[in-house]
Amino acid sequence: MRSDQVAPADYFHKVVDCQWACPAHTPVPEYIRLIAAGRYGDAYMINWQSNVFPGILGRTCDRPCEPACRRGRVEDEPVAICRLKRVAADFKEDVRARMPVKAEKKNGKRVACIGAGPASLTVARDLSPLGYDVTVFDSEPKAGGFMRTQIPKFRLPESVIDEEMSYVLDLGVNFRHGTRVDSLKGVIDEGYDAIFVGTGAPRGRDLDVPGRAEAAAHIHLGIDWLANVAFGHVKKISKRVIVLGGGNTAMDCCRSARRLGGEDVKVVVRSGFEEMKASPWEKEDAMHEGIPILNYLVPKEVKHIDGRLTGMVFEKVRAEYDAKGRRSLIATGEPDTLIECDEVLVAVGQENAFPWIERDIGLEFDKWDMPKVDPVTYRSTIPNVFFGGDAAFGPKNIIWAVAHGHGAAFSIDALCQGRDVDVQPPAKGDFVSQKMGIHEWSYDSDISLQRRLKVPLRDNAVALTDIRVEVELGFDTARALAEAQRCLNCDVDTIFTTPLCIECDACVDICPMDCITFTEDGAEPDLRKRLNAPALNLTQDLYVSGQLKTKRVMVKDEDVCLHCGMCAERCPTGAWDMQKFSIQLPRAGA
Amino acid sequence: MTYLPKPKFRHPSIEKNALGLTHRDYEGSISTLCAGCGHDSISSAIMHACFELDLPPHRIAKLSGIGCSSKTPTYFLGNAHGFNSVHGRMPSVLTGANLANKDLIYLGVSGDGDSASIGFGQFAHSIRRGVNMVYIVANNGVYGLTKGQFSATSDKGAKLKKGAVNTDDAIDLVTMAIHLGATFVARSFSGDKKQLVPLIKAAIDHKGPAFIDCISPCVAFNNHDGSTKSFDYVRAHNEAVNALDFITERAPITADYDPGQTQQVKLHDGTSILLRKMNADYDIHDRVAAINYLMKHDVAGEIPTGLVYLEDEPGDMHDRLNTVDRPLNELSDADLVPGSAALAKINASLR
Repeated sequence: MRSDQVAPADYFHKVVDCQWACPAHTPVPEYIRLIAAGRYGDAYMINWQSNVFPGILGRTCDRPCEPACRRGRVEDEPVAICRLKRVAADFKEDVRARMPVKAEKKNGKRVACIGAGPASLTVARDLSPLGYDVTVFDSEPKAGGFMRTQIPKFRLPESVIDEEMSYVLDLGVNFRHGTRVDSLKGVIDEGYDAIFVGTGAPRGRDLDVPGRAEAAAHIHLGIDWLANVAFGHVKKISKRVIVLGGGNTAMDCCRSARRLGGEDVKVVVRSGFEEMKASPWEKEDAMHEGIPILNYLVPKEVKHIDGRLTGMVFEKVRAEYDAKGRRSLIATGEPDTLIECDEVLVAVGQENAFPWIERDIGLEFDKWDMPKVDPVTYRSTIPNVFFGGDAAFGPKNIIWAVAHGHGAAFSIDALCQGRDVDVQPPAKGDFVSQKMGIHEWSYDSDISLQRRLKVPLRDNAVALTDIRVEVELGFDTARALAEAQRCLNCDVDTIFTTPLCIECDACVDICPMDCITFTEDGAEPDLRKRLNAPALNLTQDLYVSGQLKTKRVMVKDEDVCLHCGMCAERCPTGAWDMQKFSIQLPRAGA
Repeated sequence: MTYLPKPKFRHPSIEKNALGLTHRDYEGSISTLCAGCGHDSISSAIMHACFELDLPPHRIAKLSGIGCSSKTPTYFLGNAHGFNSVHGRMPSVLTGANLANKDLIYLGVSGDGDSASIGFGQFAHSIRRGVNMVYIVANNGVYGLTKGQFSATSDKGAKLKKGAVNTDDAIDLVTMAIHLGATFVARSFSGDKKQLVPLIKAAIDHKGPAFIDCISPCVAFNNHDGSTKSFDYVRAHNEAVNALDFITERAPITADYDPGQTQQVKLHDGTSILLRKMNADYDIHDRVAAINYLMKHDVAGEIPTGLVYLEDEPGDMHDRLNTVDRPLNELSDADLVPGSAALAKINASLR
């Protein structure tokens, strides 16, 4: 981007890699600085504004921010962003008084949210304080959806869910718990101004191999079994358990089984270990609890004696990739493997299911039997019916559901206020100089050499005996501070003002990462090769100045900039400045 | 001036030289000079030159006197030997060190005050004696540490920040150095590392007194309109006689230059300098012509830069003194004391 042009907010938003990668665009560096300052309540509220469930996400988020973190390119490991979020939730003061107040006057618009999961509750959270009359329907007695039924309590204590549900429901949301919606048409007929469908992907994919039906009493669908565990309907499991599947649900199943009497619990996956869908840290946690993960084994047959499960037979395979990189699993020809077991948990995927949506009401479905939903406005083919979360685009993570909820709430607000739903206003960026004095910045510009800290775990001897005991202990405040200081403050941007530059080279000389080059202008691919350190990471932009007195330009490669502010400290004329960037995204009522 | 140290992180794909070092391994502690000081650019050019020549830092000795310029050795080559001498006395300390151990690379860093005023005599004699060294003057035309009075290299007619005009004639250290017998003489500009880095590399390789006058704008006190050592003024009046590439044996010449405009100067140790001539008639081997050229352009208000004078077969102080090949500091008593038998023999010859 050319620095002498009006800066598009997206350019600097992208520089904040974590925030850009977060579907809900949580201003990560801002809350990490607040954690470092011990202002946990403030850090929590910043999270709450963006992602609604900081305590839950701080334990369970899929963390798209962490692989994006610049620290991961500078060092090997990103900042432990997710677990710092938990720190904000753990150590905050009572924040109830800081929550939005109930709307004094309703605006006369009624919105129905079907399902009380993260997507629906985000819609409710965004719209209720604006005066909308929001009704949330759910078949369960308590709000939370899959966050409550699928995520084991040893990862996410019930008290955290209760607390964060109450912040939303206390905004004046009308929660119709224990009310299963069996007809979308019925809801439409109730005359709501807008309807939001956030019913998740509630059906577990089954296994179709010989013996499955006969041994059905000992084979359970993972998500249903987890729900039964969560509600206390299932309290124990046999000693030898096989968990089929390589996703996070499989990890939750195997770890739950370990706590309910499973002594010999194995995870068996079709793919290779590396290609498993589960997050690396979830695999790590499972293995830490003595659960082996066996890969390249495809289920072939369920062995049983008169319906009593004895084991499963697997075919050994290897992965082969064609020219397009598509994988196929080829039998190796080795003898099949028999693994003896008493119970099997099937966690091989989830599916959407909309048996309760009538097919003759104008709501169109695609060839996969998924509703047609606009990916920006979240609107279906019925103008006042919106979808979000797993119900919209299939199984994803909580943070995506929150993002969809924000987007849908914005669209619903637009619809109800008579604006064009299909017109998205651009994001607005704001810049504030951080300069306090010659060597003083209002952010901590020192670069910590601290390596990533591990979250302490409860000892297996205790953790494996009680399914309600939380395994992760969370960072204490000292560890939180050390980890927080690893953040590079990527939202404090290097802003260059071309006319002020005298080309003294001070910034080039001081830059620890060789990010800055003064050179003849050229097209970007050519410029990338001519820099002091070649700019090989094409996902990261170049920041290019206007033409300088010597006809050259300043080119800065954003890739590994530490945001240490050395360039600005060394700049004698203030051509470089460190300015904190914040972004105002389109949000309902904002 | 920066209070925080420079972060230790470096670019993940940073280049390494033959010793496995990166240019950051040639750094010193963080500079306390003013933001934007030209001297920091000279430090950076020295670091890059040493990095590119694959020099082990511990085989370099950096010596300086007093002044902004003379603070800079702290800010580069943290693993080199260093000596911060009395004001203007760097040349004699360097001469002594060189006498004792000729195997080190000697880098004398000085300023216009340190070399053209208080140390003018020392400057003259170290060059006269042919000490094998690189003598760099960071020349900003003012006394920066005492808040910007004119120095001896300030041009007549130049203006101070508050308007005072210099009425004295300037000392031109380049002309002086040629006159005094320096065998490698160059002028450069801190704002032009493309020119400065190869010059420093060639100067380090040169066996004999190599002198580089490097104009280095003082951003705090001498970078205004009316100054003749400001970034703008130097860029506007820079009259480069040539641009050069210093080529070691490791790096063969691959650049394709117009033969009429280039000149390859082979040096004694197999290295060479490839000159791209900006001025076709300029002969870097002609001392008299060089001095004429400098004075002519000085009158015209221009600043000639580049490699101004080079002697192909230089000798140094040790050649003149005919010292032994081994550094003097390595000679032991056994080498130096002939013994009583030799003494008896000498005594006998005198009887």
